[in-house]
Amino acid sequence: MSGEFSIGFLPLVDAALPILAHEHGFARDEGLSLRLVRDVSWATVRDRLIYGQTDAAHMVAPLAIATTLGRGNRPRALSVPFVLGLNGNAITMRPELAAQVAPGGLLGDPAQVGAALRQVAAQRRDAGRPLRFSVVHRYSSHNYMLRYWLAACGIQPDRDVEIAIVPPPFSADALEAGEVDAICVGEPWNSVAVERGVGAIVLVTAQIWRRGVEKVLAMPEDVLDARRAEVEALVRALRRAAQHFVEPEHLAENAAILARAEYVGGDAELIRRAIDDRLLLRQSEPPVHFPDFMFQYREAANFPWVSQAEWLYTQMVRWDGGAFDPAQAAVAARVFRPDVYRAALLGTGEPLPGASSKVEGSLVGKTVVGTQQGRMVLEDNRFFDGRVFDPTHLAAYVAQDAEHDQGQA
Amino acid sequence: MRIAIVDESAVRASVIREGLAELADCEIFVVTQRRALVAEISRIDPDIVLMDLGNPSRDVLEEYFAVSRALARPIAMFVDDSDEEAIGASIDAGVSAYVVDGFAPHRIRTILDLSIRRFHAFSRLQTDLAEARGRLAERDAVDAAKRILMTSRKMSEPDAYAELRRTAMNQGRRIAEIAEAVVMAHKLIGGNGG
Repeated sequence: MSGEFSIGFLPLVDAALPILAHEHGFARDEGLSLRLVRDVSWATVRDRLIYGQTDAAHMVAPLAIATTLGRGNRPRALSVPFVLGLNGNAITMRPELAAQVAPGGLLGDPAQVGAALRQVAAQRRDAGRPLRFSVVHRYSSHNYMLRYWLAACGIQPDRDVEIAIVPPPFSADALEAGEVDAICVGEPWNSVAVERGVGAIVLVTAQIWRRGVEKVLAMPEDVLDARRAEVEALVRALRRAAQHFVEPEHLAENAAILARAEYVGGDAELIRRAIDDRLLLRQSEPPVHFPDFMFQYREAANFPWVSQAEWLYTQMVRWDGGAFDPAQAAVAARVFRPDVYRAALLGTGEPLPGASSKVEGSLVGKTVVGTQQGRMVLEDNRFFDGRVFDPTHLAAYVAQDAEHDQGQA
Repeated sequence: MRIAIVDESAVRASVIREGLAELADCEIFVVTQRRALVAEISRIDPDIVLMDLGNPSRDVLEEYFAVSRALARPIAMFVDDSDEEAIGASIDAGVSAYVVDGFAPHRIRTILDLSIRRFHAFSRLQTDLAEARGRLAERDAVDAAKRILMTSRKMSEPDAYAELRRTAMNQGRRIAEIAEAVVMAHKLIGGNGG
């Protein structure tokens, strides 16, 4: 048992870091051995984790918080000592819908695309055939990013459009079968839809929130407490994997590893493009480079900012309904564990931010930030609508959301 | 009481169904199609849903439960909170269950225990089958390797077998592995028949 971690994951490109930590021997260098457990639904990943079949998991960030709060399951306190990446998802629409809402070209201004989509959504709603989107889970960043964008564009989720759940590996099928009009999913599943000619990538989620938290390494809090030294070793191994993942000279090799059937499976070329931030937006067009589409390492991307857990909690309140509860917000905030991340990487060359929380969405350009160790520059982290999330005023942010959503009614 | 068994493996679903058949006052429904799952569950209106742990539709079904909870039918995950042992056993066996709130815990326990037993029986069956298939494949490989040696090195059958056996012993490997290597090498250098 000692030194071994079994880690659950779903077949997605952003499951890369634990896989690469294993394959490149970074875990072994830290005295650890990893056993990777592949599943096809987040419910299974969650259950294996909370009932002890796995020690840790690749998980959509909101699900780690929802599991801790007992939303949709028996409560089990989870901890996040490491963020596996930011963004990396896209919104892919049926080609004819894409042509309607993005006539000026794909990856256009999210506000303009939203304005065009609003017209179509209203027509479809009035015709009794509302537009249908899919996301991968109720408690996923996909759900919150999609809803954030729609609502800010005057399209009220659940009233103007439907949002269904479709697991990542079936998203392209659902689009092809006409079960949904658009999917919001991680790679390689958007590209699979494009390759088959059943979808066009209209936006990437990095356009909605430039530095949005995506997958995390989650583990039961008691496992973290009981195996603290090993968890810190795991954080160091994952950090080396992150460094390796973003270096261009390793691109082809890492894509080939991830494409193996026991990991993500499928076409290594699609995976290679995603890692390289190059996406084929529409069939038979050249790939388009969108910098920071996936964001796995730079700017302390792996640091579990408490403010990001808190933003996710505000969105949980917004879309689950119910009142803002400061005690629950505190529990949600405590899921992210910057203290463990710091302890693990203190004395390495890794820059460590001085603060554990930040105002999200406030940086327009490069900003040098105070650090505990090393030098760190953060770049543009805006939300597309320019809103700013100040974690010292959570209740006010929730109230703003509520006022906006009621104003739409 | 209405029990829905959701499983993409029709064989396993029927193994479980059979196991639950001894329960009194139970109506059992089996759903094997992914596409119509939510509509089927809503039509069946079950008190308990049994589902294999790794079923790809679990997120979809949980979403349906979450949404319908807001409407009329509260469905909770698993047994009442104290029954850790039963839950652990069911997860280990690969069973997940969704139960209508307020359902009597001892009845759930009975159903879970029965399903777990059937799940175990099914996976034993699968292991046996895989082993039997493996043994057959190994015998085929040994036969093929013998034929290759008999043709290419003009050996008698007992000599060919003795050669395989000697090589296996020298290399500390199983005869079947050596036989597979011989067949593979033969295919690679363009022989036919392997």
